[in-house]
Amino acid sequence: MRLLRLFLIYLRIGLLYELQYRANFWIQMGKSIMNLVVALAGVAVIYEHTTNLNGWVPAELVVLLGIFVLMTGVLGVVVRPSMEKLIEDVRDGNLDFTLTKPEDAQVLVSVSQVRVWQLIDVVLGPIVSIAAMLHLGRQVDLQQMGIFAITLLAGTAILYSFWLILATISFWFIRIENIFMIFHSLYDAARWPVTIYPGWLQAALTFLVPVTFAVTVPAEALIGRLTHDYLMLTIGLAVALLVISRLFWRVGLRQYAGASA
Amino acid sequence: MSAWFGDIYRTLFKIELAVMFQYRAAVVIWLIGLVLQPVIYLVVWLTVAETEGGRVGDFDAGSLSAYFLIMMVVNHATFSWHMWEMGYRVRSGSFNSLLVQPLHPFHRDIIQNMAYKVLSLAIVLPVTALLWWFFEPTLTPEPWMWIALGPAVALAFLVRFFFEWSLALLAFWITDTSGLNNLYMALFFFLAGRMAPISLLPSWGQAIANALPFRLMLAFPVELLMGRLTPEQVMDGFLTQILWIGLGWLTVHLVWTRASARYSAVGA
Repeated sequence: MRLLRLFLIYLRIGLLYELQYRANFWIQMGKSIMNLVVALAGVAVIYEHTTNLNGWVPAELVVLLGIFVLMTGVLGVVVRPSMEKLIEDVRDGNLDFTLTKPEDAQVLVSVSQVRVWQLIDVVLGPIVSIAAMLHLGRQVDLQQMGIFAITLLAGTAILYSFWLILATISFWFIRIENIFMIFHSLYDAARWPVTIYPGWLQAALTFLVPVTFAVTVPAEALIGRLTHDYLMLTIGLAVALLVISRLFWRVGLRQYAGASA
Repeated sequence: MSAWFGDIYRTLFKIELAVMFQYRAAVVIWLIGLVLQPVIYLVVWLTVAETEGGRVGDFDAGSLSAYFLIMMVVNHATFSWHMWEMGYRVRSGSFNSLLVQPLHPFHRDIIQNMAYKVLSLAIVLPVTALLWWFFEPTLTPEPWMWIALGPAVALAFLVRFFFEWSLALLAFWITDTSGLNNLYMALFFFLAGRMAPISLLPSWGQAIANALPFRLMLAFPVELLMGRLTPEQVMDGFLTQILWIGLGWLTVHLVWTRASARYSAVGA
């Protein structure tokens, strides 16, 4: 629970910081709504020509879109800004300050930046998903909610680990500010159900699979289509990636020389 | 005058190429984004075609693949990033060093763009060939289409460059232009033919796309090579492209004097 306490402290600092820039709330609101409109318009264009995309009817795809927006928000609140800070700190040597603190450095770098206005997506996403679920008229029982919560956690863990692995690459190659471009382009693929990508493409872009998994699986859990095997696979993937990213972090850290000294 | 200009272009091109070569990894990373998005939407549309019995609108699997792969290359040839950079230049004052040079910054950006394209072509071409082999597109252009493709892409580049450079100039009045840039990208995504071939948009969407310059920046050369346009339509496209370039030149010319007059150098 130390992690949670640390996170809450950083959240408070982040909140205090961003409350100075209240106009940013409206800017973020505008961006979030525009992104949502673009995504919905894309779905609308697709379903002009078909009634079902690989087994997904429009409302189901909108459920998935809501999860996508939610995950974007979760990443945007803490993971992405913290990882961008990490990459920057490795380059200019400010990571020294983190390493000297009496707390696990991976935990510290993972929650170091909090962008509260990104919470708009965290609110907007579920609204979209709930509206689509109501439209579908699908009942969700308690057990399903539980599974949904687990898949969301697993999905977040997958995306976080993925980000951490990308960010730790900066220990070897110092100049990689635009590595997050890789994440953005891959993450864009997650707007669509992972099953539509043909096998060879999934194999060619192995990275694509965990990322799309993280969004598709919670949506399937909510719709009530998730099989037991896939649930287990997702949990296994989440645990495996957490371990692998931890390894990346530990090995990478040894490369860190501390530029400021 | 023109020899002087040619010399400048040649020298700056060499410099920019050397700079780009320094950041090879960055060049590759940008490319991943450029390649991946067309592939994602190609796959989405292929899935639609498959559920609908092999066809969607006036496209089948082979022509969808051809459309998105050619679009990927044309998009690579015509895209620019200067509208994202201009805001930074103005805020940080790094514009100073460009302003003191006896050359319009517009040229510098064009040269930089060309250097990037030349360097990244070394990756774009093999990747395209690989995807071509994977997706097995059907494409049977006539010789005149190949000949017309060159000017179509070059003009598309200029239309897009003038448009985006005009947009970039807004950074002299607005501090944070990223919202505006995103809006432009959103419109471009649908109306230029990135998300779908324009003929797959609803009819009102097609009407908007045909009235605005976006289609001429990207979809037009693709449709040309796919044999979807008559020679008359192609000539029409060329003329409209030239018209938009003229308009873009005028805008840049008129706005630039005002913009640079507003600029108060930071960090001097």
